[in-house]
Amino acid sequence: MSLWIKNAIIVNADKISRKPQDIFIEAGFIKKITASSDTPQTLSKGGAVNSIDAQGKLVMPGFIDMHVHLRQPGREDKETIETGSRAAAKGGFTTVMCMPNTNPVIDNGMIVKAILDEAQRVGLVNVIPIGAITRGQKNEELSDMFELKEAGCRALSDDGKSVVNSQLMRLAMEYARMAEVLLIEHCQDPNLSGCGVMNEGRTSTLLGLKGDPGVSETVIVARDIELAHYLNTRIHLAHISLKRSVELIRFAKSQGIRVTAEAAPHHFTLTEEAHESFDTNTKVNPPLRTKEDVEAIKEALKDGTIDCIATDHAPHTEEDKEADFDHAPFGMIGLETAVGLVITELVDPKIISWAQMVERMSAAPARITGLCHKGEISEGKEADITVIDPHREWEVRRQDFVSKSKNSPFIGRTLKGCVEATICQGRVVYQREGVPGL
Amino acid sequence: MNPPIKIMDKESMRRALMRIAHEILEKNKGVEDLCVIGIRTRGAVLAERIQGYIKQIEGLDVPVGVLDITLYRDDLTLVATQPVIHETLIHFDITNKRVILVDDVLFTGRTIRAALDALIDFGRPATIQLAVLMDRGHRELPIRADYVGKNIPTSLDQDVQVILGETDQQEDEVVIQNKHKV
Amino acid sequence: MIEWNKHSLLDLRELNKEEIEMVLETAKSLKEVSLREVKKVPALRGKTVVLLFFESSTRTRTSFELAAKRLSADTINIAVNNSAMSKGESVLDTARNLEAMNVDMIVVRHACAGVPNLLAQNLKTSIVNAGDGCREHPTQALLDLFTIKEKLGRIEGLKVGIVGDILHSRVARSNIMGFTKLGAEVTVCGPSTLMPPGIESTGVKVTYNVLELIEQCDVLMVLRIQQERQRDKYLPSIREYARMFGINKEKLRHAKKDILIMHPGPTNRGVELSAEVADGEYSVILDQVANGLAIRMAVLYLLLGTHGKAPAGE
Repeated sequence: MSLWIKNAIIVNADKISRKPQDIFIEAGFIKKITASSDTPQTLSKGGAVNSIDAQGKLVMPGFIDMHVHLRQPGREDKETIETGSRAAAKGGFTTVMCMPNTNPVIDNGMIVKAILDEAQRVGLVNVIPIGAITRGQKNEELSDMFELKEAGCRALSDDGKSVVNSQLMRLAMEYARMAEVLLIEHCQDPNLSGCGVMNEGRTSTLLGLKGDPGVSETVIVARDIELAHYLNTRIHLAHISLKRSVELIRFAKSQGIRVTAEAAPHHFTLTEEAHESFDTNTKVNPPLRTKEDVEAIKEALKDGTIDCIATDHAPHTEEDKEADFDHAPFGMIGLETAVGLVITELVDPKIISWAQMVERMSAAPARITGLCHKGEISEGKEADITVIDPHREWEVRRQDFVSKSKNSPFIGRTLKGCVEATICQGRVVYQREGVPGL
Repeated sequence: MNPPIKIMDKESMRRALMRIAHEILEKNKGVEDLCVIGIRTRGAVLAERIQGYIKQIEGLDVPVGVLDITLYRDDLTLVATQPVIHETLIHFDITNKRVILVDDVLFTGRTIRAALDALIDFGRPATIQLAVLMDRGHRELPIRADYVGKNIPTSLDQDVQVILGETDQQEDEVVIQNKHKV
Repeated sequence: MIEWNKHSLLDLRELNKEEIEMVLETAKSLKEVSLREVKKVPALRGKTVVLLFFESSTRTRTSFELAAKRLSADTINIAVNNSAMSKGESVLDTARNLEAMNVDMIVVRHACAGVPNLLAQNLKTSIVNAGDGCREHPTQALLDLFTIKEKLGRIEGLKVGIVGDILHSRVARSNIMGFTKLGAEVTVCGPSTLMPPGIESTGVKVTYNVLELIEQCDVLMVLRIQQERQRDKYLPSIREYARMFGINKEKLRHAKKDILIMHPGPTNRGVELSAEVADGEYSVILDQVANGLAIRMAVLYLLLGTHGKAPAGE
């Protein structure tokens, strides 16, 4: 099967093509890239190949989301690998890494294989399971990291909670260093966060909701940085939400400590004031923070202190979210709004460039997780490609979500920038309605 | 809109109320067990005045009270926002009393119906007699006044306004006016 | 006076000064009804008020029920034990079922902040917040304002002290809203572990010195301290709390001569308030209870007048 993308302005993390390029894809790989003007006449008159005309669009390496919850196995009423894959494709993501807090927990090779098989059957985007750091995410003993890695995990995490026991985390980091697998930490000291449902501070005081103090995040950030330094290994910190955390990471990086970090779109677009309406779709963990924190996250995404953007896509049913604020589950969906939010809130206001967007959403996650054939559009790389209309404005509507869940606080918002087509391993897995081609 | 027509001035109001005071005393043969209760807002003012005239005539004080009938209105479910409630001030027992209920204008009778209900909740008077400054007709309930200052035939698209010094900061008068037509 | 157009009473945060004053004025007129031989007026005849309590309460529930009955509304009591509430039915489900039966008002108390808002956003029925978690207890604050106005004739310019577990107190939050809107100067006082972060941003002062507070204030509002606070490690011991923050005659020696001592009840005598003080000359605790009835009658009367209107802002 072959695919021809015509008139592409190719955006890579390090370079944007000046003139339109044509990309030729074969057997899932990028075979050739030529200037559009050099494309043989015979081809442009239309041949046997499928083509997409990317005139006026930006063509980027497919986005990689290091942090999603696909809920399968266990809560297929919220999301499945199939619906999650569809949401990813619609959101421009060609690779998603799904967190292990499923039921059962992804802590052995069998479950990893089952997820990979199902993703294969669905056949839309690359789904890479993240295994648990501790067996059953119980914080008691390490999971079989070699087995998980062999089965296909590139990273391990106890996402949803921290590895609280510092000694256990030390051992996990040492062992993961040997197994050459990435550890992703959810930074939150549960004793400090307690039953908090939102950021602790002025707004939690006003709303009478139990607060989770920012320090519950920063103590783990600081601890993990120190462990990484001491053990001379690396650590990836998930969904960083605070200015203080950013400062700690910036300091660590300046010391040469191998720490990487991600931020979720809602942490650079929403503040704790979003809870004023008690809309449970705004309830996330880590919680929405203050304006100052939002600004710091944006700054960190600009200067690279935070390496990448990951959605923390966390689907929940309407029934579950219709509860009172204390009892509603944490999380919001993010796959289908991420690109719009990044362009509207970061690229359009010129906080980051288009190339930086590619760095944060594709190149960096590929590098961090060792996906060396992804994250770049160049000859020989895997043909995972996202086509963006940088100008198109669209309204986030409940009925347009293809995710099984609709728990988005962004419903009703108008966003600028939209995914026109998503190509995974050379196949068009999503194309916006009304886009010409094929 | 036509200009308002004055149908009673300060002096004729005084005479009418004085006459009512005389009639009350005549009918009740003095002030024994008598009390006067005015319906807010203007009925209360008129009640005070009648009590004053009774004192002028007999030299004796009769108890006077103020009744707010808002909580007894039969149209509470029909109005868009709740009318403001004012205090009811009846600091005496009305059981076995001869109650003179005072209002400014007698119209449909619904206000008086509400007032009667309210009074019954306060006790069991020997009699309740009704005194009004103006009776403009158009009764919707079987209610009539015992003492009337002036009968004035009106049409339904007219308003009768009683203006009193105490409440309106303006010289006493009664005017009749056509309602605003849209 | 302004026109009342609120359909629900969710918190004092959403009420402006004029609206608060209107409730107080209406309550003043309604207080007399409870002094009559026949303690009932027909104003809310035919209306149905549901008291939906997810937390146990005796005085607030009784007060609302009596208020409704004195205005001739029908009342239904639903006490839901939170722990026993089957996971299948959410609070919203319960309320939707009640609405389907055409009730006119739901008075709700719940351990979670924002539940009244959740109901108001999803239902057309009038919602009254009778206490939601640590957030607000608007009728309590209104009755406190009413009591002070009755006793001292004004709110503006008064110095009000609130002593106790500010962190977990909805009474404190509602009162802070009410007092500051009506121009009083509020100082909160209590153990530092029970002081919510950022409380100063609501316009109050914070002190940990109860004697200093007592010396300067016209009104001292004493909050109930829960025994659980010791278990949850907020306090070394209830005994130490009583020693430091408990209000007794000794501490009141430096108080102004006409200080008002208030307490939302029920009191832990000998802990936050000594029996002497609770029953003493400065205490207006029973006036608060009596006025609570008038305030709740006023709230019911005003809210049920704006019938059939969609909740504001929806």
